[in-house]
Amino acid sequence: MTNVTLTVNGTHRSLEVEPRTLLVHALRDELGLTGTNVGCDSSSCGACTVLVDGRSAKACTMFTVQADGAEITTIEGVAEADGTLHPMQQAFHEKHALQCGYCTPGMVMAAISLVEEYPGLDEHGVRHGLEGNLCRCTGYQNIVDAVLQAAGTGGD
Amino acid sequence: MTVTESAPAAHVGSRRLRKEDPALLTGEAKFIDDLDLPGAVWVGVVRSTEAHARIVNIDGSAALAIDGVNEVLTGEDLAPLWGEGALPCAWPVTSDMKTPTHLPVARGTAKYVGDAVAVVLADSRYAAADGAAAVVVDYEPLDAVVEIADAVADGAPLVHPDLETNECYTWGLWGDNAAAVDAAFASADHVVTEQYLQQRLIPAPMEPRGCAAVPSPAGGELTLYSATQIPHILKVMTSVVLGIGENKLRVVAPSVGGGFGCKLNVYAEEILCCALAQQRGAPVRWTEGRAEAAVSTIQGRGQVQHIELAADAEGRLQAVRVKLLADMGAYLQLVTPGVPLLGGFLYHGCYHIPNYIFECKAVFTNRVPTDAYRGAGRPEATYAIERAMDSLAAAVGVAPEEIRSRNFIKAEDFPYESPPGLVFDSGDYHAVLDKAVSLANVAGRRAQAAQRRAAGSTKRIGVGFSSYVEMCGLAPSRVLASLAYGAGGWEAATVRISPTCKVQVVTGSTPHGQGHETCWSMIVADKLGVDPDDVEVLHSDTAVSPTGLDTYGSRSLSVGGTAVFMAADKVIDKARAIAAHQLEANEDDLEFSGGVFRVRGTPEAEVPLAGVAFAAFTAHDLPEGMEPNLEAHVTYDPPNFTFPNGTHIAVVEVDTETGNVELIDYVAVDDCGVQINPLIVEGQVHGGILQGAAQALYEDAVYNSDGQLVTANLADYLVPSAVEAPRYRLESHVSPSPTNPMGVKGVGEAGTIASAPAVMNAVVDALRDLGVNNVEMPASPQTVWKAISSAQGGAS
Repeated sequence: MTNVTLTVNGTHRSLEVEPRTLLVHALRDELGLTGTNVGCDSSSCGACTVLVDGRSAKACTMFTVQADGAEITTIEGVAEADGTLHPMQQAFHEKHALQCGYCTPGMVMAAISLVEEYPGLDEHGVRHGLEGNLCRCTGYQNIVDAVLQAAGTGGD
Repeated sequence: MTVTESAPAAHVGSRRLRKEDPALLTGEAKFIDDLDLPGAVWVGVVRSTEAHARIVNIDGSAALAIDGVNEVLTGEDLAPLWGEGALPCAWPVTSDMKTPTHLPVARGTAKYVGDAVAVVLADSRYAAADGAAAVVVDYEPLDAVVEIADAVADGAPLVHPDLETNECYTWGLWGDNAAAVDAAFASADHVVTEQYLQQRLIPAPMEPRGCAAVPSPAGGELTLYSATQIPHILKVMTSVVLGIGENKLRVVAPSVGGGFGCKLNVYAEEILCCALAQQRGAPVRWTEGRAEAAVSTIQGRGQVQHIELAADAEGRLQAVRVKLLADMGAYLQLVTPGVPLLGGFLYHGCYHIPNYIFECKAVFTNRVPTDAYRGAGRPEATYAIERAMDSLAAAVGVAPEEIRSRNFIKAEDFPYESPPGLVFDSGDYHAVLDKAVSLANVAGRRAQAAQRRAAGSTKRIGVGFSSYVEMCGLAPSRVLASLAYGAGGWEAATVRISPTCKVQVVTGSTPHGQGHETCWSMIVADKLGVDPDDVEVLHSDTAVSPTGLDTYGSRSLSVGGTAVFMAADKVIDKARAIAAHQLEANEDDLEFSGGVFRVRGTPEAEVPLAGVAFAAFTAHDLPEGMEPNLEAHVTYDPPNFTFPNGTHIAVVEVDTETGNVELIDYVAVDDCGVQINPLIVEGQVHGGILQGAAQALYEDAVYNSDGQLVTANLADYLVPSAVEAPRYRLESHVSPSPTNPMGVKGVGEAGTIASAPAVMNAVVDALRDLGVNNVEMPASPQTVWKAISSAQGGAS
């Protein structure tokens, strides 16, 4: 077992994990943050996307030990303390960008990171920027529109 | 049914945002793998790596040496847990259908890659996975049936030697039609003969399956949590298979991350976890991995379709003849045999065709069982007729929209009795087609296509049509009996008004992304004159919603929603009697609007529903003989199916040098009857379109000649991303269904039913002048390039 120190959603956490423990399983099983979902085993679907030091990362493709010392933000950490949704969450709600909601946490995290990293994205940029996040319900149009709205570069 | 005055439709028809969203957006929603179950036993399943093999030996010693692995159990070890019980098939379509015994864990022989042959019990998910990987199974390979055609070949190996055949059943709709059909073909001016392959598809909801069986701490009772579409049906079936009294079993579907039909089943792992939890008195859980899901969860489609059309000189259809070979896979899951039948009623499409004959032969292969996948039979039927209609249009020399228009059932012919005897409820197929043609600017696109052809461009434009009619809300129950379906077609609902006038709706429908809570709230809010946020919708737990038939086949709104609507009416009836008592008026003199009962002509004499609700609760002064409280229960068995319809038009750009196909425009005009929430309707259509387009262009469960699935994960199996998805442009047409009081039809599968043929017709349209008349799905660059090359006389 290895000791790992993380700052998760602003809170300092110290935990003992097997060296092979995936970051997503540490978050879910050790820290009880089950908002981050697991959808595949080949880094294809992006359901497990979180922010590691502000950049999106697939938490199923990272060992917890690789995140030692990092700041992690999960879906549980993006709304305000009073429950006000993050603008990206709010845009997903308003654009009906989720149905079953399983891909949603990862999609929202990827979108937050995308918009931050590449301001002024157009539809083409959003679609390519989210290529690593799969959704089976929505056909993506409302997701793309939500991201454009939150980015302030499109939508209503 | 008592008819009450309707409150103004303040909410129904509006684009109300979903009440389901906040929990899903913040990570608060609990999916099956999120459940915290201290002390749970983790199950790892050892799956066959052979398509067909005798199990010679199972050695668990290496697994047992792993820290945290506690037991390795074979099919022989587990057999006493289910005794005579086996996984159920609820749709014996013919009396002589062959049904192989389907054990949760195989004994003696493995029948497909993925067949469970042993299980590992462990302390953690990692130990369970390690343990399952470490179990060594010695197989003696047997000859396997891999392709559908192989199953009926002379001298084919037998998937189930004890059945003495690979044929599961033959089912047909022919009546006395054969001679008339033959005569129509003999005298036809045009005969179109086509064969299409419906490749196998992996449903791939973003949430894999999972389940957990938890004994009650007080003993004697078991709760099964499962990522299922059908907690009610699962409860009945689990009870039957394991002999657990229904009164001792509770089934809960937590938040479910999509289903698309593949969670409409009773799976080995659900039975296994229940049996082990009962035996051990401890929670037992299993979560599917994605690559595991490709072989442990049902697959969809898997048919060879032979369709012939007979038409007169103008292309007016005289007869259609269909023969199917349908792949059941190695075993029959819950409704496996029935899927082709659901299509069997629809191979004439939305056309008036005097003579119709349909026959399906179902066969076993050494592959994963097939079963319902979004559309279940109807996408296959629509694909065949819509592709064949384009061939007919080419043969007659008219445009695709013209051949459709000439043959459509006319608006004035509804209700229309279809050749196989269904009564189509309502529609205006011509109006829908016209709207789609206009929206897609078909003339402009064709001009663009012609221009590029003339310029010798390698980027060709194709325009593809698909007009469909489908059937939803399968009912009434006695009609399902005539199809030998093992359950009814009804749905249950309760509407309950609390002392403070908050409303509780209990529904037997089981949502997994469709937005039931929002829509049911809107329906009830309009009925009762309350705020939708004051309506709570309970579902998916047999302890709070004991009666129901769940969610599949686009049935939720037309059956379950109607039950809710009727239960609200029934509550209003009771409230009216109480209000009349309070107002000392005659019930017939009361009107109910905006949540207030008023005496007609005496507007000052009124009582709000809240006043009635409180009076019903205190029961201090109710009409003589009336029971206290304000609630009503309805079980609704519809008199007929509903028949959504529409026309979709796809525009593609095909690169003739690389074979690459890009969807550059997609137009859909759907008639799903009255829309409760257009925002949700559009979402269903968007997702449905992409799922069908994915069959057309990307997805394929590819097996090699040894019966190995070579596209078992999401890196190899191409679920499309936002990059491949087109922008959808939607309009709708509303012809209310006369079958139910809201005039609704259903929309969950329409997009998927329509889109695959629209896309493939567009691909062929782009290439027809190069001599290409057919391209098989999925139209990958390689497949398209080969089709062009072959048509040009080159190497294929």
